[in-house]
Amino acid sequence: MTDVFLMLVVFGAVFALGYLLIRRVPQMLHTPLMSMTNAISAVTILGALLLFAVETTPVEKVLGALAIVTAIFNVAGGFVITDRMLAMFRRKDTPRVEFRQPQGLERAAARSGKDGT
Amino acid sequence: MLTGLLVDLAVIVVLLAGIAQFRTPPGARRGNWTAALALAGALAVVLYRHRLQDVPLVVVVSALGVLIGAWVAVRVTMIQIPAMVAFQHGAGGVAAFLVAYVELTRSGREPLTAAAEIAALLGLIVGAGTFSGSLVASGKLANRLRQTPTVLPGHNAILVALAVVLGALGIWAAFLGAGISLCVVLTILIVGSAALGIVFAVRIGGADMPVLISFLNATAGLAAALCGVAIGNRLLIACGATVAASGSILTHVMCRGMNRGLASVFTGIKARPAAAPMAPSSIRPDPAADVAEAVSPAGDADPISRSVELLREARRVIVIPGYGMALADAQEEVVRLGERLVELGKEVKFAVHPVAGRMPGHMHVLLAEAEVDYGRLYELKDINHEFAETDIAIIVGACDVVNPAATERSDTPISGMPILKAHEARHVVVCNLDERPGYSGVANPLYGYAKTVLVWGDAQETIGRIRAGLS
Repeated sequence: MTDVFLMLVVFGAVFALGYLLIRRVPQMLHTPLMSMTNAISAVTILGALLLFAVETTPVEKVLGALAIVTAIFNVAGGFVITDRMLAMFRRKDTPRVEFRQPQGLERAAARSGKDGT
Repeated sequence: MLTGLLVDLAVIVVLLAGIAQFRTPPGARRGNWTAALALAGALAVVLYRHRLQDVPLVVVVSALGVLIGAWVAVRVTMIQIPAMVAFQHGAGGVAAFLVAYVELTRSGREPLTAAAEIAALLGLIVGAGTFSGSLVASGKLANRLRQTPTVLPGHNAILVALAVVLGALGIWAAFLGAGISLCVVLTILIVGSAALGIVFAVRIGGADMPVLISFLNATAGLAAALCGVAIGNRLLIACGATVAASGSILTHVMCRGMNRGLASVFTGIKARPAAAPMAPSSIRPDPAADVAEAVSPAGDADPISRSVELLREARRVIVIPGYGMALADAQEEVVRLGERLVELGKEVKFAVHPVAGRMPGHMHVLLAEAEVDYGRLYELKDINHEFAETDIAIIVGACDVVNPAATERSDTPISGMPILKAHEARHVVVCNLDERPGYSGVANPLYGYAKTVLVWGDAQETIGRIRAGLS
């Protein structure tokens, strides 16, 4: 019973602390925040790994393996996407003045780049 | 026991330190990797404490997951981010209900405690519901499913009936001993929860998507935390709790941004009567092209040259991007226009409404991709008082979030919704696709103001022409 109590305390305390910290995250960072918390929520990887801490039946092996793949997909994908997004945020102290391609070409280049991905 | 507790505590502190750095983009980048470090630490702790069987299998599937995850992450484009994030909520749900299922059915071990069993059953239901709901959300956001709400006959009754059946099945499962019948009941429970998730998610569409995606963020975290209770792992509980907190906050912010209650979004009660028959312009994917062609260059040369003229005289300009800008893929043009205005010595700011995109903060990421100077991005509460001293507000693909009817009238579906006060600016330039109302279906009186210049058409083209006129 003390275990259950301790677990509830952990949940409550971390939820409250997280709430206080996250409430102050600016809107600008809400998408990266959600993307990162996605990676964090894939801590179920721990549960999936622990399935393999004891002898497993073939069915359990398959389900456990599937759980590991989906969870670790989230971990790896989540952190990498978040980093990609955040890397795009730039501050410019001086307005950029640079040569730009004619509009049509530029747009075509942007389009083909996007289509390629 | 004590060292174990301290180690867990250390991991949790590192995780929270990561989240605490989400204040500025560079800080957030560090925070992201700090959180990754915390997760790696949690992984190391678990691997140190337990000897795993089937190590080759675990290593191979882990490597596979990392490869797929990284491959997808590198290729996804920013416009696809909401669909991708929703899909990941779903993947988190799958992992949660699979873990819960195996924990519940496993026979070779000492039986679960009552609390663990209840948590596992709840984790199974929440995980499966999150999984199917997220796939529906992802499909809608990726434009593979119809984006408008799908309302079944007796939608709420179906939801309640499903929930009751699931509750009964769950209680039954709790009293069944391990065996084949338990497996069957749990499988039915998973399928039923998945059905509940689908029925729940199909009704939400369009501008309400940010609420759904934030809510699924919270349930994915909750499912993880429940799994943690089921297997008695504090780290899992703590990580799940932070995610649940984050999802709850974002859900709340999105609801407040629309002045709608969570219940009204999810149950459709107080549904927007005007929304149903309308083909909401803000969520139609690509009619931009045909309409843009219909507008002949000569026909609307006047509003464009008028806008150029006004912009030349202006000193302070605020740009208001909406989801229509993203649909027209005009963010590059909009940012370039801003840069051109800065070169001309104007003060340029971007005002972003909390629910402007399809997920919280989506618009900021799209503008960042177009290399906007993020120091120019302002939140509603920080910029709203500045409109009165602004010469021109340029609206690009936004309607509901600048609709003065929200504050001036009390009988519309958006009444009470906080808006960007573009109507207080000296002049307003509206670069929308056409004059149709936004998702709410409420006509925008701003279009009729004498100080408003209406530039209908594909924003990528119209903004480009305004920019050309300024150079």
